[in-house]
Amino acid sequence: MSFWVDRSHPERGTIEPTRTGDRWPGPPERPKLAMRGLLILLLPLTSMFGLLISAYVMRRHMGDWQPLPLPWQVWLSTVLLVLSSAGFEWARRAAAAGWVDDVRRGLLVAGLLALAFLGSQLWAWQQLQLAGLAVATNPASSFFTLMTGLHAVHLVAGLAAWFRTRAVLAGEAEPATVQSMVQLCAWYWHFLLAVWLVLFGVLLFLA
Amino acid sequence: MAYVPSADAHAHHEPQSFVTKYIWSQDHKVIAIQYSLTAIAVGIVALVLSGLMRVQLGMPETDLVDASAYYQFMTMHGMIMVVYLLTALFLGGFGNYLIPLMLGARDMVFPYVNMLSYWFYLLSVLVLMASFFVPGGPTGAGWTLYPPQAITGGTPGAGWGILTMLLSLAIFIVAATMGGLNYVTTVLQARARGMTLMRMPLTVWGIFIASIMALLAFPALLVAAIMMFLDATLGTSFFMPAIIAMGRELPHEGGSPLLFQHLFWFFGHPEVYIVALPAFGLVSDIISTHARKNIFGYHMMVWAIVIIGVLSFFVWAHHMYVSGMNLAFGFFFAISTLVIAVPTAIKVYNWILTLWQADIHLTVPMLFAMGFLVTFVVGGLTGLFLGNVVVDIPLADTYFVVAHFHMVMGVAPILVVFGAIYHWFPKITGRMMNDTLGQLHFWITFLGTYIIFFPMHYLGVMGMPRRYYAYEDYEFIPQSAHDLNAFITYAALVVGLAQLLFLYNMFWSAFYGRPSGGNPWRATGLEWQTPDTPPKHGNWGEKLPVVHRWPYDYNVPGVEQDFIPQNEPRPHSGTAEGEHHKAEEGRS
Repeated sequence: MSFWVDRSHPERGTIEPTRTGDRWPGPPERPKLAMRGLLILLLPLTSMFGLLISAYVMRRHMGDWQPLPLPWQVWLSTVLLVLSSAGFEWARRAAAAGWVDDVRRGLLVAGLLALAFLGSQLWAWQQLQLAGLAVATNPASSFFTLMTGLHAVHLVAGLAAWFRTRAVLAGEAEPATVQSMVQLCAWYWHFLLAVWLVLFGVLLFLA
Repeated sequence: MAYVPSADAHAHHEPQSFVTKYIWSQDHKVIAIQYSLTAIAVGIVALVLSGLMRVQLGMPETDLVDASAYYQFMTMHGMIMVVYLLTALFLGGFGNYLIPLMLGARDMVFPYVNMLSYWFYLLSVLVLMASFFVPGGPTGAGWTLYPPQAITGGTPGAGWGILTMLLSLAIFIVAATMGGLNYVTTVLQARARGMTLMRMPLTVWGIFIASIMALLAFPALLVAAIMMFLDATLGTSFFMPAIIAMGRELPHEGGSPLLFQHLFWFFGHPEVYIVALPAFGLVSDIISTHARKNIFGYHMMVWAIVIIGVLSFFVWAHHMYVSGMNLAFGFFFAISTLVIAVPTAIKVYNWILTLWQADIHLTVPMLFAMGFLVTFVVGGLTGLFLGNVVVDIPLADTYFVVAHFHMVMGVAPILVVFGAIYHWFPKITGRMMNDTLGQLHFWITFLGTYIIFFPMHYLGVMGMPRRYYAYEDYEFIPQSAHDLNAFITYAALVVGLAQLLFLYNMFWSAFYGRPSGGNPWRATGLEWQTPDTPPKHGNWGEKLPVVHRWPYDYNVPGVEQDFIPQNEPRPHSGTAEGEHHKAEEGRS
């Protein structure tokens, strides 16, 4: 027998140290779960990009560092990604209101802008290459390629989700499913935009 | 017992064909078994490698292993044991099996992602094993993979070996992220009615916090692996300084090997606790069940897990005191290392106080749990030595370090793995493991690992450096050290072979063991209250359980039975709480 057991309330029928209220939200629902899942996925992604930036900052203090002249295409990329994210936001709001045509249009525009963003990134890399700044030329160009490349890989993964959402939208889909999928895409895009802005800021101000 | 009828009972269709049931399975229990068997298989490879290394160290005249092979075996042994065995087994194996059952859920919340997680893990293991067969063999860089030597000619496996290792780690990290996503979301979203966070078994708490840590820490290894991959293949200079190797100037300049060490240990130290926290949780539940007593200081135990989880991200550089890092950092990290010992010590005291005046049953799982306690204390105390800069400097890179980390994160968690397998095996298979073989396995393993690792402390204090392939021609190493090395090798071979007892017991008992019934240990946790043993797909049949109490109601005063399952309603007395529960029952 436990020597510290609270014997003053035998009617409780338990030796549980606290009383806890019953705030059960009910069995898990799909859209809510997917959203929570996405938010939790953003944890490791934030950690990854954060660590990449810390590595950049540490490496920058080594003697051989030469600042990288940012190609003007990254400004274009920034504008394209902001617009793409806005397109997803438009689709998200339309989905919430049930305007299916607007969802289609918003998604199409957002996706095309995202593809244009990837194109502008390739253009920027090519521009650096032409200026004699290949991946391995100096640490700044290595970091530029690594940071933008990792970001682009995650955008491509997002495009797979975008593609699937459009496929679902083309078929007979429940409005709730569409709304959930569009919402997930939109949040992911806003996150990637935020990451891009931070990376861009680091490359610009901590060159 | 309390259950609520559940609308989604039929949503989980029982898979019909052999392939969907056992291979492309989305059932958390099958995935858990797949994870566990794969981890154990790859663990046996690592065990055999350690045996080969011990033969070389104890009987160098056999010439069984040459210098390159020794470094390759050492690297693979370390990496497999830490990442591919322990991490995969605790999170992918026990996490997968126990989280939904202990929380009263039907499955993980993302079963498809869960299945992918296993197949990515298997792929990472296959890539790792493939590195034994690539030109030059596996990497021999040491499990920490420090550049520049990891990717510089002269190190065994500096070409294909290190690349396959980095690729395999990247795939493993994808697998672990998919798994971690599932575990965390399931714990937060899929708990049964009444299962508040502060009513979760400590096993779930340990795995939950470890999963969050894995989500935050593994990206550091991923970033480091990608950067090193680029250094090795494209000639970038993230980590590679200007260097002349074998008379040839390499195309790198200015990179920082220290940067890699920071990234590696930012992953590497939390990794220690990613392994330790699930072990803490499992051992708490085993001790409480077999001591027939509630865990002492449940809230403190939960908060200690959370605090250890947070602090473990602020101690990484205590692995780097002799790396040339700024010594002011050393001061900070020595302090934080001592601070993290406080919540850890709280846990140890609480386990001991749980045992105090308890009705201890010396079953096989309990023996392993108590073996863990002792081993963890011994390994933890030597950690206090190494955590202090001035003591660490003479002891760094000696066998003292080898003894420390094998005790604290090799032997201690493995004892928990064994204890937990003996404990939950009846739920997984519906059969008991053989007790006599289990006892024999425990005593040989427990005493044997002491015989192996305890003398290493002395070898370390004497100054015997680690990571050497042979010690014959050093004047400062006396004959007695060689004798001790031979002795350790004999013990290691016996302990290694004794694991066959366990494997035989496990596979034999799975088919021919004594039928166990649903709750052989008379335990309170929800996983023991399933309608079927082993639980069927969907776990709970028609009705989901309702939780009315914490998981540690053992020997409650005034109750005849010495345990009360978590889904047993409270007595409906005149108290407000009783009325509340009565009202709840009526509604459900």
